Formats: sequence, structure tokens, C-alpha cells
Amino acid sequence: MAEKEKPKKPKGEVHVNREVCKGCGFCVEFCPSHVLALDTAFNRKGYHPPVAAKPEACNGCNLCGLYCPDFAIFGVRLGKAEEDSDEG
Amino acid sequence: MTQPRNPVEPFLRMDRMPHIWCPGCGIGVVVNCFARAMLESKTDIDSVQVVSGIGCTGRIAGYLRMDSYHTTHGRAIPFATGLKTARPDMKVVVFSGDGDLVAIGGNHLIHAARRNVDIKVICVNNFTYGMTGGQVAPTAPIESVATTSPFGVFEQPFNLAFLADSAGAVYVARWTTYHVRQLAKAMREVLQKPGFCFVEVIAPCPTIYQRRNRLGDALDAMRFYKQQSKLSEGADTRTLDIPMQGPIPVGRFVNRDRPTLLENMNTVLGKRLGAKFTPYPTGVTR
Ligand code: SF4
Ligand code: SF4
Ligand code: SF4
Repeated sequence: MAEKEKPKKPKGEVHVNREVCKGCGFCVEFCPSHVLALDTAFNRKGYHPPVAAKPEACNGCNLCGLYCPDFAIFGVRLGKAEEDSDEG
Repeated sequence: MTQPRNPVEPFLRMDRMPHIWCPGCGIGVVVNCFARAMLESKTDIDSVQVVSGIGCTGRIAGYLRMDSYHTTHGRAIPFATGLKTARPDMKVVVFSGDGDLVAIGGNHLIHAARRNVDIKVICVNNFTYGMTGGQVAPTAPIESVATTSPFGVFEQPFNLAFLADSAGAVYVARWTTYHVRQLAKAMREVLQKPGFCFVEVIAPCPTIYQRRNRLGDALDAMRFYKQQSKLSEGADTRTLDIPMQGPIPVGRFVNRDRPTLLENMNTVLGKRLGAKFTPYPTGVTR
């Protein structure tokens, strides 16, 4: 039954650089697709970095990347040329 | 499979990360938006020079991977004026905090705006002196608490947009760190615009300002900006005061054209000296 349901192809992918994150939560709060959640585990500096709790919902908009004060996260669109062309 | 890189990395000194700013400090968001503006406008990294003064915001110069100068307290604008005069072909961007720019360097600010020096000033306004421990800043809202005013600030703060406008800036905007897209757009616009441009960014300082005023953490500040910002594009800048925890008027308020300092110099001296005068390059194409 589960096989019949077409798995939605994720439109984007989010990448986290765990060790430079300071756990502010901006990315979690402002991701329009509610992809992220703060991890319960710590990074080396003692912060809780985000993890993709719902990776399939990510559309690669990179809003998380724009909000991050620590350059620790960014999203990329999948299935398109590398070019990053956010509408302004 | 190669790990994709954050697209803003080419504009940053990644070897210096993590940076010194506190968790959730808004300054990092401003840097991020600036890197994004550089990327989106395809601005050549070698055509931009960054100048900053002292304070938490003053540290920006050390994290941007372009020619950057960390100058003395309040003196980012005079340094930038000299730099722009010596190298009119360069885009010169000043990053400065409210205390550095408007108190210690306040006179430089108004005169650079008056003379229309072709520099772009990004002012990170967090209503306090972060690095030195939370003294009253010239932007501190009435009734906010600071280390040097434990019972509340009772001085009238500056409305920076009005100040920049009345001193003669050709571009004046205010956004908060919640408005990342608008902020990146404003930075793209000022990178293209000749003349003295002023962008104020309201930013959280969770460690000093938020904590002393019991306003929660940085995320609370961001939620507050989201709820309380009032889009006021083109508004009369006299109306743009920011009351303590009151609505924050945001938008682009001024966008006009005036000849720059170097253009004016060429006009006046050219008229007076005629053929004896060789016009100085202005870096402006109109
Ligand atoms: S916005 Fe950046 S620093 Fe803040 S929690 Fe997300 S990844 Fe970490
Ligand atoms: S790229 Fe967009 S959708 Fe994906 S996690 Fe980041 S903010 Fe959310
Ligand atoms: S003291 Fe305030 S302004 Fe300075 S880094 Fe910390 S949060 Fe940012």
C-alpha cells in the first residue's frame, strides 16, 4: 500500500554545519515549510544545532541560510542547475 | 559526492569562523544579507572595500573576505571618505554600530551626508553599546534600562532615518534583521547608487540589551520585529521614531539624486579654473 503512494520527490535539500551553529533557532522558526527542529544532542561548543526533521518538505528556498547569523545552514534546490537564483 | 558549500562562503573569511558574536546576535544576519547582496548583484569582490569602526559591529571588517579596514572608534566614515577620494573606482561600504557611528562619530556622519560622499553606510542599531557593557546609546529608547541608566533612559534618542535624511543622504532605509530579503535588496540598491546611502538595521543584542531589559532572547526579538514592524515606505522621516517596545516603522524612505562630493568639486573648480583644471575621476557614471 505504501508503495502505491508516489513518494514526493523533495525539491530541496538543507545542509547544516553543526560545529559552527550557536543554536539560536532562527532557522527553525522561519523555515516556511517547517522542515527543521533543534537537535537534542549538543555540538562541541554545547549548542543544539538544527536537524532536518521533515527533509521531504524542504523546497530549497534557502531562507534558513539567509537568517542564520553564523553561516551554519543553507538550502539548495534539487534537480535544477547549480545557479542560485532567489527572487529578490 | 562533493559536499555543497554555502553560497556566501566566498565572501567570508571562513577560517575565522565561528565568529565572536553571541548566539542570535543580529550582526551575523546583517553580514549574511550583505554577502547575499554581493552574490545576487554579481558584484566583483575586488571592487568593494569595507570599513568599520569599533564595537561588536566593528568586528565585521574582520570577517568579510574583501579589502577591509578596522579603524578607530567613530572614525570609519573619515577613513572611508579618504579611501573613496583616493580610489573613486572602488565601492566603499561602512559597517558601524549605533554608538560608534552616531555618538562617537556622529559629526562625521552628518557631514559625510551633507557633502554627499559616495559611500554606503550600514548602521547596525541594537540600541546599546554591546562590547563595552551596555551604556546608554544615542538610540536607546526612552525608559529602556542601561548600565548607566539603571532606572530608565530619559534622554530623547535619535531617529536615525530623520537624521540621515535631513543631513542630505540620497538613500535612507530601515529594516530589521527579520526582513532578510528586503535588507539584501536594500544592500543591492545602495551598491548601485552613487552618493551617500544610509541603511539602518534594527538588530537583536540578546546578551546586553535584551537581557538588561528582560526582553527574552534573540528569537523573541525576531518574533517581536515580525509582529511589530510597520511598513512605511516613503514615509516622512520625522515620523519614524522607535518607541520602547513599540511599533518599528520600516521601509525605504528616501531615494533621490544629488551630485556627489567629487562631482561637485569638478563642477565648481572647473567653472572657476577653466582649462587649468583637470577634472578628478569621480567613479560615478550617470
Ligand atoms: S540559524 Fe544558524 S546558528 Fe541559529 S540555530 Fe539555525 S543553524 Fe544554528
Ligand atoms: S531551504 Fe527553505 S524549506 Fe529548506 S530548510 Fe531551509 S528554509 Fe526550510
Ligand atoms: S554583546 Fe550584543 S551586539 Fe555584541 S556580540 Fe553579543 S549580542 Fe551581539
